[in-house]
This record gives sequence, structure tokens and C-alpha cells, in this order.
Amino acid sequence: MTTIAATSAPARPRKLVGAGRRQWIGLLYVAPAVALVVVFFIIPLGMTAWMSLHNWPLMGEHSYIGLDNYWAILHDTRFWNALRFTGLYTVVVTIAIFAVAFPLALFIERPRRLTGFYRTSFFMPAVIGFASASLLWSWLLNVDSGLFSPAAFDLGLTGKKFNLLATFQPAFWSIIAMVVWKVAGFTMIILMTGLQSIPTDLQEAAMIDGAGPFARFRAITLPLMRRTLALALILSVAGSILAFDQFYIILRGGPRNQTLTAVYWIFNQSFVSFKLGYGAALSMILLAILVALSTFQLWLLRKPEGVD
Amino acid sequence: MAQARSRNSRLRLGIAEHATGMIASVLFLAPIVWTVLSAFKPSQEARLPPLPPWPTTGFSVENYGTLNTFGDGLWLPAQNSLYVSVMTVVFSVIVSVLAGYGFSRFRFPFKDLLFVVILSTIMIPFQSILTPIFLVLTKVGLHNTLTGLVCVYVTLQLPFSIFMMRNAFDAVPREIEEAARMDGANNLTMLLKVMLPLVWPGIVTIALFAFLGAWNEFLAALVLMTDQSKFTLPIMMTALQSGRFGAIDWGAVQAGVTVMMVPCLILFLLLQRFYIRGLMAGAVK
Repeated sequence: MTTIAATSAPARPRKLVGAGRRQWIGLLYVAPAVALVVVFFIIPLGMTAWMSLHNWPLMGEHSYIGLDNYWAILHDTRFWNALRFTGLYTVVVTIAIFAVAFPLALFIERPRRLTGFYRTSFFMPAVIGFASASLLWSWLLNVDSGLFSPAAFDLGLTGKKFNLLATFQPAFWSIIAMVVWKVAGFTMIILMTGLQSIPTDLQEAAMIDGAGPFARFRAITLPLMRRTLALALILSVAGSILAFDQFYIILRGGPRNQTLTAVYWIFNQSFVSFKLGYGAALSMILLAILVALSTFQLWLLRKPEGVD
Repeated sequence: MAQARSRNSRLRLGIAEHATGMIASVLFLAPIVWTVLSAFKPSQEARLPPLPPWPTTGFSVENYGTLNTFGDGLWLPAQNSLYVSVMTVVFSVIVSVLAGYGFSRFRFPFKDLLFVVILSTIMIPFQSILTPIFLVLTKVGLHNTLTGLVCVYVTLQLPFSIFMMRNAFDAVPREIEEAARMDGANNLTMLLKVMLPLVWPGIVTIALFAFLGAWNEFLAALVLMTDQSKFTLPIMMTALQSGRFGAIDWGAVQAGVTVMMVPCLILFLLLQRFYIRGLMAGAVK
């Protein structure tokens, strides 16, 4: 029976050459991509949810404990502190990035001589990695061999060499400065694409009507750039919530564990303390926060009503 | 008279604008230039604050030599980084060209669902699924291997690069394919001989993003590569900078950061328009 089925099977597709065969070939083309996404994304995602319900040490047996990990999170003040710090960092760094990137975008958007040079040099830090940038700045910020403290001392601004990384405020603002330096060029390019999509005749018409530069910016530029602004905002917020490299490399979570971010705390729980189940539960919380934020931001990104 | 005055004020405005532009450019370029120059100081001088940034006691490549004496040296992690990045480029290009072609030119069951699932992985941060990825790699015997890292990096590239390639294939007019089909070309020859030459700008873009992504990635490499001989450059340099190999040699850090930055900067300067194209494609979507 099976042999008959097997031998008669090849006859079938032949009738459907054209539609049927072409269909399955399409599936073959996308199969490698689907396989990778399933093995290295979908399965791990399911496993995270599954593991979060377990006591799961690196070695030895894991056991089902229901929602105990989640109850433990409720009392994990260090996680909530990390989350609060991540929120503070995200708000401050996003404002700082936009405050630098928007003027830069307006500056390079107008064609003039050397625009290409300016654009390239503002963008250069964006192509090097966060790890390279962090290593670079950990040197510049070093109290003895770095640039800022010795330079301030030599110029007589400080009485003795001031360690920027020893206390929270200067350390925090040093990281903000480094991230703005690294990311502003990227945000600038995104904003520039939005600016360029605004029809020039609209600006000219407003100018003829006597609108000043500030009024034009508010009434034309900002509303027409809503989608671009939302996109730049999404990228900046999502990137900042997941911040890890710079805090790990430059500050190692210090001073006094005050700059542990959410991802850093998950990393510590999972790969330093090897509480894999607990780390998975923390990951689920982070995941929920990010999906909620993305959904909200996609709503911001939606096409305006009445516009195609 | 009035005309002259207005030309004069426009000139002054121009000068002010270019002065602003120059100062901003210097601020953005200075840390990079500072590091590259300081790395060429002799070891003794590199320990002192970098004022001025250029070597004053003679030009030297001593720091690169020192860097090579830590742990497994400079060459092994550099090779690891290069291997991982090149393999990520090769496989993400192959996989996303095939998938982009499939999604653009064929109708098959669950096509839209699969496309949406692949694209939506961009919303899920891989940071939150690293532990299970670690366990999956152990299960399939790729634990602590560069190949395993490549698999993860390729997967992370897929949403962006499949989106890019599908758009690139969508932009190729169907008439071209029909003409080739008349000449008896089958699907695969069609893809290789007819389509590839038309979508190569998209391929350069996704290759560039794949290289930079893999070369610069930190957290996954830190978690997944526990064996020192498998360290990529960022992991090796962080180990060095954290004092794992004894006192921190800042000259070696400068040299290492230079090695990490320069390939990115060169690739970007050579392929700038492809990079911007990729950003635009993502932004306009």
C-alpha cells in the first residue's frame, strides 16, 4: 500500500507543473532562512518562557516551580533599581541625542560646499562598534592616563586630578557624552531623510506668506516629519533600554552598582550566578516591556488618516 | 549699496556656518584621531596623558607588539573576528538572496505569515533569549565554536537583509525574467545569471551591514565564547582593559581599539552610499 502510494506520488505534481511545482520551489528558497529563525529565535523564545517557570541551574536537574521566579522578582529590589536606572538613562540619553542630532540634521540638509565632508565626519563614530567606542572612552576617561582629567588639571580647572568614574553623577554624564558622540550621527541621517521628504514649495509658500523660520519649523517641518521622528525615537529608545556594552566596559556597573542596567542585571543573574530560570523570568519581563513599547511606537508610526 | 551689504552679510553668515561645521567635525573626529595617533607612541609615552595626541618621543609600533603578548596575542582574536565577520557576510547574503527571491517571485502556502514572522523578530531583543541560544548551541554541538556564533549573527541579520533583498527583487521588472524563461533558463540559472547582476547594490548593502554587525557585536560573543582561544577582538580587548592579564597597558588598549575601528572606517568610507541607502530603505519603510 505504501509502496504504491510512493510510486504513484511523482505522477501527481507533473499534472500541476506551472502552479503547484512553482509553489513548492518558493518554499525551498525561503527554507534556510525559516530554519535559522526557528532554531535560533522561535525555539529560544519558547524556551525562555518555559525556563522562567523552572529552577534551572547550569549543572544538575531543573525542576518546575510554577510562578515562583516571578514572585521572587517582585521582591528583587536590585532588579527594580536596575530598571529604574535604565529608564532614567533612556530618557536622558534620548533627549540628549535629539538635542544634538536635530540641529546637525538641519545643518547638513541644506546643500552647501563641504556638506559631504561634514556629514561623513559627523557620522564616523556611528560605524565603529559600541565596544570599541567604550574601550576608547574608558581610556579618555581614565584618571591617570586619560585625556579629560589630566587636561583639566593642566589647565588649572581642578586642583587635583578628578576621577570622573568614581562617583555617580560625573560617571553617568560621561556615559551620556560618549553615547551622544557615538549615536548622534546615526539619528542625524534618519532625521535628514525626513527633512528631505518635505516638499520645498511648501516651505517657499509659507515664506511668501511671511512665516518666520521658527513658525515654519513648527507648522510645517515638525508635523510632516512625524513618522521619521517616531522612527528615530523607536530606535533610540529600544537601543537605550537594551544598553549593556558601555556600562559593562567603562563602569562595570559601578560606582557601587548604581549603573547596573536591566540587561546587565539579567546577564549577572544568568551568566555570573548561573540562575538560568530566574534570568529567563527577568528576560520575560524585559520582553513584555519592549513589546508594549514597540506596539505603542508603531501606533505613533501609523500612517496619518486620510493620507495614503 | 544695499546689494553689497546683503552680499557682505551673506558672506559673514557663510563663514559662521562653516566655522560651526568645522568645530563640530573636529569634536566628532577627535576621539578617533586621538586614539589612532596615540597608538603610535612608544610604550613609555603611551602611559602618560595624551597631550599632545601625536608621539613626541619618536614614532613606534611598540604598542602593537605589546598587545600581541597578552593572552593569546593579537593575531588569534583578530583572525577569529575576521573569520566570524566574513562567514556572517557570506551566509547572510546567501540565505537572504534566496529568501528575498522566494518571497518576491513565488506564491506558496504561509508565505505572508512566514515573512511577517521573520520581520517581527526585529522587535524581540536577542538579549532576552541568550540563555536558551546558549543551550541550543550546546545541544547541536556548536557550543563555544565560532560557527555557532556565525549562526546567531546570521539569524540576527535576517529581518533587515531579507526585507532589503525582497524589495530589490520586487524592483526588477517581470519582463526581464519572461524573456530569459523563453530562452530556457530555469529558476536557479535565472537567479544567478539574470537577477543577481540587477540586485547587486542591495547585496553590497546587506553585506556591509552584516560585516559591521558581526565585527562589532559584544554581548553574544561575551556570553557564548567562554574559551579564550575563541575570543573575538572586543572580548579580548575588554579582558585586557579589565586587568585580566595584569596591569592595564593603555598603549595596548589604544592599539587594540585602532585595530577594531580602522576596518569599519575604511569599509564605510569606501561604501558610504550603500550604507546610507540601507539606512534610508529602513527609514522610508
